[in-house]
Amino acid sequence: MSEIWQTLLVALPLSTLLLWAALGEIYAERSGVVNLGVEGMMILGALFAFAVAQETERPGLGLLAGMGAGALAASLHALVVVTLRANQYVSGLALTMFGLGLSAMLGRRWEGLPLLNTLPETSPVSYGVFLLALVLWFVLYQTRWGIAIRSAGEAPAAADALGVNVYLVRYLCVVFGGALAGVAGAYLSLAYRPSWTEGMTVGLGWIAVAIAIFAAWDPLKGVGGALLFGVLFHLAFRLQERIAPEALQMMPFISAILVLALTSPRRGRVQAAPEALGLPYVRGEK
Amino acid sequence: MMRLGPFEVERRADPPVAWVLAVSVLAILVAMLLAGIIFWSRGISPLRAYAVILSGTLLNRHALPEILRNAIPLLLAGVGLVLAFRAQFWNIGAEGQILLGAVAGTWVALFSPVPPALKLVVMFLLGFAAGALWGFIPALLKLRFAVNEVISTLMLNYVALYLVSWLVHGPWKGPEMRGFAFTDTFPAAAQIPLLAGTRVHWPTLALGVLLAAAFALLLARTRLGFAIRVQGHSPDAARYAGINPIRTILIVMVLAGGAAGLAGVGEVGGIHHRLLDPNQISLGFGYAAIIVAWLARGSPAASILTAVFLGLIFASGDVMRVSLQMPARVTDVFNGLILFCLIGSERLLYVRLRWAPVLARGPLPAVETDPGAPGATGGDG
Repeated sequence: MSEIWQTLLVALPLSTLLLWAALGEIYAERSGVVNLGVEGMMILGALFAFAVAQETERPGLGLLAGMGAGALAASLHALVVVTLRANQYVSGLALTMFGLGLSAMLGRRWEGLPLLNTLPETSPVSYGVFLLALVLWFVLYQTRWGIAIRSAGEAPAAADALGVNVYLVRYLCVVFGGALAGVAGAYLSLAYRPSWTEGMTVGLGWIAVAIAIFAAWDPLKGVGGALLFGVLFHLAFRLQERIAPEALQMMPFISAILVLALTSPRRGRVQAAPEALGLPYVRGEK
Repeated sequence: MMRLGPFEVERRADPPVAWVLAVSVLAILVAMLLAGIIFWSRGISPLRAYAVILSGTLLNRHALPEILRNAIPLLLAGVGLVLAFRAQFWNIGAEGQILLGAVAGTWVALFSPVPPALKLVVMFLLGFAAGALWGFIPALLKLRFAVNEVISTLMLNYVALYLVSWLVHGPWKGPEMRGFAFTDTFPAAAQIPLLAGTRVHWPTLALGVLLAAAFALLLARTRLGFAIRVQGHSPDAARYAGINPIRTILIVMVLAGGAAGLAGVGEVGGIHHRLLDPNQISLGFGYAAIIVAWLARGSPAASILTAVFLGLIFASGDVMRVSLQMPARVTDVFNGLILFCLIGSERLLYVRLRWAPVLARGPLPAVETDPGAPGATGGDG
């Protein structure tokens, strides 16, 4: 039993990282917008956070830069899918490609440099995210804002009729989600692995998307998902000497599929996705 | 109804081909412009960059085959995605399906007792089967357990990536290749013939063109094609028409995964002649194939053209890497921007400007209902 606690404790930094990104995705999807660009936003966050922290020697500024980069990237997605009503899946994939490409292109200068002032692994940025999950849960289920967000994702036309600005809600949620993905990236390059390497997010962003679904779009259940996948990734990252590393690296991805299959809505255990998820909202023009 | 100067902006349901082409070209030009701005911000003159790219690709006779070489995997994976997207199955897993094809092809080439004369045929057959299996799994997971296919196909890409990585670092690491994470070189009988002096492995190319034709025929002329089209348009209508969605999607994903698997065989059998680091086998062809399919707008035949265009992007990426010292990932910047601009411009397809000066205005024509962009209803599984 104590061994389980031990593992959970050392895997905590990874869990917090995943939780940052997953909470953001949960909010975006609750408002009705799938954002498959998490991987791209995260890596842009990681690069900009590292670059700014490196130049200014102030990791706090780096964190802000990462957050800003993620938010900016997300606003691109919001523009394309909310205003231009394009396909959300494809736009998110485009964002991931763009983020991976741009970060590789811009990041050459910082490749392999050590970071003198890192963000401590345990700081408000790490344990604060659990508090954030609680706050986000409260906002989503107990406040008017939460009703606006959920209704934009469930029944946008009805929400609109009741005076909710669906476009604005969706924009804000997507950008907020991007900012959180940016924080996750910043945490990666400033605290968890204080460095910059091309493609350093290694699929963590996709796992965050899977956690959002696994958690049935509930911030508190997201905590459980993040802890689970944090442990799985931790095993992959840190136990590479014992088992073939590739077998371990595969594990989180295989588990993600298995977990989603086992908790599928058809088995009646998890609530269904927001009704209007993935659908562009067209305001009645007649 | 909007007005633009003396024009009225009307909606239309069925844009003519020329207009589709014009909007697509416009979108690509905007993407190039945006990429140019990024170059410029990095201190590289965009004009110089594009001049270097042009002289290294389209204007260079020796580089032209490189475009075709890159178009081969893009065509095979892309034409499969056309089919999958037509059935509204969001297969993002072509990358993994390519890798599985490469693994199967390598197994036949190096470790199977297949006689040399049959090696290539069996490589392609098993490559198709392996890719098909990798496409079948997410289809089954979606139909049986309602697992979102975007997530499962993506996760399977990573599983395939680490599988290949494990094989070349571990059990299949070639004794001849000390120090390098490669398998041994394929025997001559397992190497796909090339057009002289190029890296164009023509049998794979021929397979791609054949598949494009076959899929076009399948969509237009067969019961299955009809089922796919109805399924893609409206799953409810498909159900009322007595179409079995499970059967349709499973077959589609076997075909799509199999086609991508063939691309993997082509890469290891025609280009590398060995299994090696997954990121070197597929330079993101599986993801770029999404653009091939999207640009082709649901037409398997058109994907031949769009694959060549994406081949040009990849060839340009090579030129930028060598001449402008950019990372290989720079193609992703282009791919991402092109995809953004393509889907962002989609609404333009469904409008038409009508000459209608205010003074000479007659009664307004009835407004058609919004047809919606194709595939705009990407509902969650």
